[in-house]
Amino acid sequence: MILPVRITKRDDVPRRQAAVILVVSIVLALVFSGVVMLLFGLNPIEVYGTIVQGAFGSAMRLEQTMIKAVPLTIASLGILVAFKMKFWNIGGEGQIMMGALAASWVALNHPGLPQPLLLLWMGAASVVAGGVWALIPAAFKAKMGTNETIFTLMMNYIAIKFVMYLQYGPWKDPESKGFPRIPKFSDAAILPDVGGMHAGWVLMLILVAAVFLFMNYTKKGYEIAVVGESLETARYAGMNIPVIIMIAMFISGGLCGLVGMVQASAIEKTLTWGLSSGYGFTAIITTWLARLNAVTTLFVCLAFAVLLQGADYIQLALHVPSSVAQVVQGIILFFVLGSDFFLRYRVKWIGLARARAEAE
Amino acid sequence: MEAFLAAAIVAAMPLLFATLGELITEKSGSLNLGVEGMMLMGAVTGFIVAFGTGSPGAALLGAFGAGAGGALIFAIITVTLRGNQVVTGLTLTIFGSGFASFVGDPLIGKSVPKVVQAFFKGAPLPGLSDIPFFGPVFFRQDVFVYLGYILVILVSIYLYKTRPGLHMRAIGENTAAADASGVAVDFHKYAHILFGGGLCGLGGAYLALVYVPMWQADVVTGRGWIAVALVIFASWNPTKAFLGSFLFGALSILGFRLQSMGFHISQYLVDMFPYAATIAIVIVSTHKNRKEDLPPADLSVPYFREER
Amino acid sequence: MKESAPAIEMRGISKSFGSAYANKDIDLTVLPGEIHALLGENGAGKSTLMNMLSGIYRPDSGSIFVNGEAVRFASPKDSIKRGIGMIHQHFKLVDVMTARDNIILGGNSGFFLNNKALNRRISELSDRYGLDVKPDKKVYEMSVGEKQTLEILKVLYRGANILIMDEPTAVLTPQEIEKLFAIIRNMKAQGCAVVIITHKLGEVMEISDRITVLRRGEAIATVETAQVEIPTLIEMMVGRRVDLSIKRESFHGAGPDALSGEQGLLCVDGVTVYDKDKKAALDGVSFTLRTHEILGVAGVAGSGQKELCETIAGLQAAEKGRIFFEGQNILGKSPRDIIRLGIRMGFIPEDRLGMGLVGSMDIVHNMILKEYQNQRGFVLRRGPSAEKAQQIVDRLDILTPSVHTPVSRLSGGNIQKVLLGREIDSDPKVLITAYPVRGLDIGASFRIYDLLNEQKARGVGVIFIGEDLDVLIELCDRILVLSGGRITGALDAARTTKEEIGFLMTGGAA
Repeated sequence: MILPVRITKRDDVPRRQAAVILVVSIVLALVFSGVVMLLFGLNPIEVYGTIVQGAFGSAMRLEQTMIKAVPLTIASLGILVAFKMKFWNIGGEGQIMMGALAASWVALNHPGLPQPLLLLWMGAASVVAGGVWALIPAAFKAKMGTNETIFTLMMNYIAIKFVMYLQYGPWKDPESKGFPRIPKFSDAAILPDVGGMHAGWVLMLILVAAVFLFMNYTKKGYEIAVVGESLETARYAGMNIPVIIMIAMFISGGLCGLVGMVQASAIEKTLTWGLSSGYGFTAIITTWLARLNAVTTLFVCLAFAVLLQGADYIQLALHVPSSVAQVVQGIILFFVLGSDFFLRYRVKWIGLARARAEAE
Repeated sequence: MEAFLAAAIVAAMPLLFATLGELITEKSGSLNLGVEGMMLMGAVTGFIVAFGTGSPGAALLGAFGAGAGGALIFAIITVTLRGNQVVTGLTLTIFGSGFASFVGDPLIGKSVPKVVQAFFKGAPLPGLSDIPFFGPVFFRQDVFVYLGYILVILVSIYLYKTRPGLHMRAIGENTAAADASGVAVDFHKYAHILFGGGLCGLGGAYLALVYVPMWQADVVTGRGWIAVALVIFASWNPTKAFLGSFLFGALSILGFRLQSMGFHISQYLVDMFPYAATIAIVIVSTHKNRKEDLPPADLSVPYFREER
Repeated sequence: MKESAPAIEMRGISKSFGSAYANKDIDLTVLPGEIHALLGENGAGKSTLMNMLSGIYRPDSGSIFVNGEAVRFASPKDSIKRGIGMIHQHFKLVDVMTARDNIILGGNSGFFLNNKALNRRISELSDRYGLDVKPDKKVYEMSVGEKQTLEILKVLYRGANILIMDEPTAVLTPQEIEKLFAIIRNMKAQGCAVVIITHKLGEVMEISDRITVLRRGEAIATVETAQVEIPTLIEMMVGRRVDLSIKRESFHGAGPDALSGEQGLLCVDGVTVYDKDKKAALDGVSFTLRTHEILGVAGVAGSGQKELCETIAGLQAAEKGRIFFEGQNILGKSPRDIIRLGIRMGFIPEDRLGMGLVGSMDIVHNMILKEYQNQRGFVLRRGPSAEKAQQIVDRLDILTPSVHTPVSRLSGGNIQKVLLGREIDSDPKVLITAYPVRGLDIGASFRIYDLLNEQKARGVGVIFIGEDLDVLIELCDRILVLSGGRITGALDAARTTKEEIGFLMTGGAA
């Protein structure tokens, strides 16, 4: 293959240029997605317009957008902690499920407790459950070096199947007339509204700050970063690598578990097997796009929430399957992954004639 | 027992194609975690082509092309642009499942045309099918299954007895050495990533055309990931990949068997078996000592010739 | 092909990486039947120049002629086609494959592999050149010498008549070097052109016909070996007159008595370490390190040097044995324990960026690496480390835009200074250094030797794992020789010879 370019490694890219490359790649991704839509007979301008309308068009839609931003952001923070360590936690879905399960267990068994106490207990239970679910693959990774990618992913299916089992079996609401449904929570188990939507957004902001501080200003955060960069260096520096891996993964899974509690309490008001709606996966994309920075994560997740809510809306408004959002997400990340190349290499145009001459 | 094992072979086929596809990809040095996505792309494309044309051959070609198309995205980003393989693969999975449910949306619940279904009906091989035990288990299957057997043999020969096989293995083990020896690295990487993706697409097509001959968006349900695990289990060896797929095929229909034998056990708990077994495999495979059983040494390492 | 044409002619070759010139307007002519040495310091651009000849790099400008014909190489394949074969400093062999597979790699004769026929061809060829290669042996089972022989055979198999060897002697014993030189002379006799890249002057004088000296990416001169003296060559390499002798100040009486008289600072006693395959990587190793001493360790690569360092530093579990640090057994203690116990030990590992430092982090964060363990509480304090980073940068003249530059962006010598600076700063009593000058130019190497001598003068016991026997003999007080994980000799550096060490490096058996 003859390309009219010459590629060389580059040392460093100024921040501004890096930002330009990022923005250009996202714009290109949206344009490319538009072309794909055209191929499927859709009008991309209409689709994008409707997405924006669907996300911002009314107070209710805006609330829906935020409702999607909250779980996505918190899950991304969880994924961030793991990815910083180069631990490929793709088990967010399962950790969300287990968090939701634990919170639901608390809510269903203690419906009469005072609201603050019950919510705190549910929250704690969800963090522990999500954390422990993540700790299982982490322990194997730490002690034996077991591949975490497949492990965490399989844990997703097991968690979902288990919740299905509960929903269709032992936990099924006897009053639901055969409909496979778990009973609704008591009012005390529902997150209260703060400023027009459920209180999850406050939690989200607190956690963004907390994770940012943790990763950048604590010894543990430093250790996690070193382990992610080089295990040998971590060993050399006398770090207790297994413990660091397990702590980081407990935090990662715990944050995802908390998403489960928020979704079960504020959105579904019970446990359902579909409650995580793919946030655990989408979080992988948002975290990577945010370059593993907690504050950036917040903004990326807000943008993605717009896309997700917009996609839900176009399904109603234009009868376009909402999975179009997933396709667009994928395309955006493809472009950004590809654009990294231009941060690391310099591409010089040398012209086809010279390239041909050199290829002889 | 024979019926059970014969059914296990059928259940093993999607895994086998995907496992061989990923095995070829990994042998040439690329870790493509987008198997699930490529299977879904192959499944939906195969189904649409079958639905539209009624031609089984065209459907298979379409599925192969779709899987290879997904792999092409992966190859462009990871080979030419040297992007992170893990994240690119994960993204391919997300993209592929979005693609399948988007493109397949109008077809939900539709069935594979009768002509195509008939083509993939069982076709006992004359002679071989009469061998006691082995005949009914292995040789009274559909053409897709026979294609799978042939593929195992061909891939084994290709890897270990041919020059391109040697070259692609060398790239997976030590890209710089292969390059310095005059092996065309990018060409081989592209070729094997694409071919591997095509096989994954065929694995998906088997699910959509033969295994569940009706379109549903979540037809693959983690089999792509199981295939990734099976490659490790098989120590990157095609014959062992066949055994692993067979084992998992059996495992995935075991629950159904147990229920029909009168065991009362929840379908959902039974459904966990293959996933739990995959975890077990990943754990057990962690400890390998023979050098030949280890992953290709340069697996998932990006290569730039002028790196210093 | 013209009869009189040079085998290789390179004209006006330039190549830059990022903003730095690696080669600048270089001319080089190599004749058929000539052994041509390419001499220069580390970083002078020797390998870059030859990599352009082998198709790995492409020149930014300039032209290359092979046997009188202009060529442009887009890939190594093109270079191989022109009869050029390069043996890289780090062998380019596939470990899990057989010698045969490695030899035929990249060729294109036939789709299916006929191993029997290939083995026959390989045997014929190896007999002709007197090389001993077993076609079915796996590379990971081979010694360094065997691997090099395989590389040579691989090049000959492709019918190369122009051979480039990048630092071929770096990992060989003196005896193996003699064998290699015999092979090279044999190839010359058969009409091959040989380019040998090296920075070892003695070897250049012994083997080469002509010498081209490179300095900082530029060709300084091409001279006939017979008409040049070593000091002239050094001046050409370094750009000024330098005295290439290393000072050695002795704090102990000479001879064996000095050993028993004092209490050792670090006593290693019967240490045995197994590798992953349960083979002994260290086998009953015992020695004593004293204060005011640089103890050299010589050995063929992979003789247990890495395990020795890492066992002392607490990074490697041992099967048997004891290690006393001022009387306290530290074997089995982790690096964390060692730091917490207040044991003052510095370690410069072989893999600087992969183990000693975090490449993507800045100098400040690399300073934190060794001291955050002793900080109390949860919060990471950067202040003291930032000050320390600045001090070290100033004291060791580290060339860096700031203390906030990622260390991977610094040059090799400056990276080593950051690492050594940090380790010395912790005021160690024992300093373990593994190949501390590998890849550094002469100036930087001598700065490192000076720093080690300074430490020795302060009373530190230094372990110096080295590969250049001349340096070991000049710098160290005593030299231990490792072979296959055993100590095969403990020598007084002032009284030994390279040949003696080389003999012991191969286990003492000829």
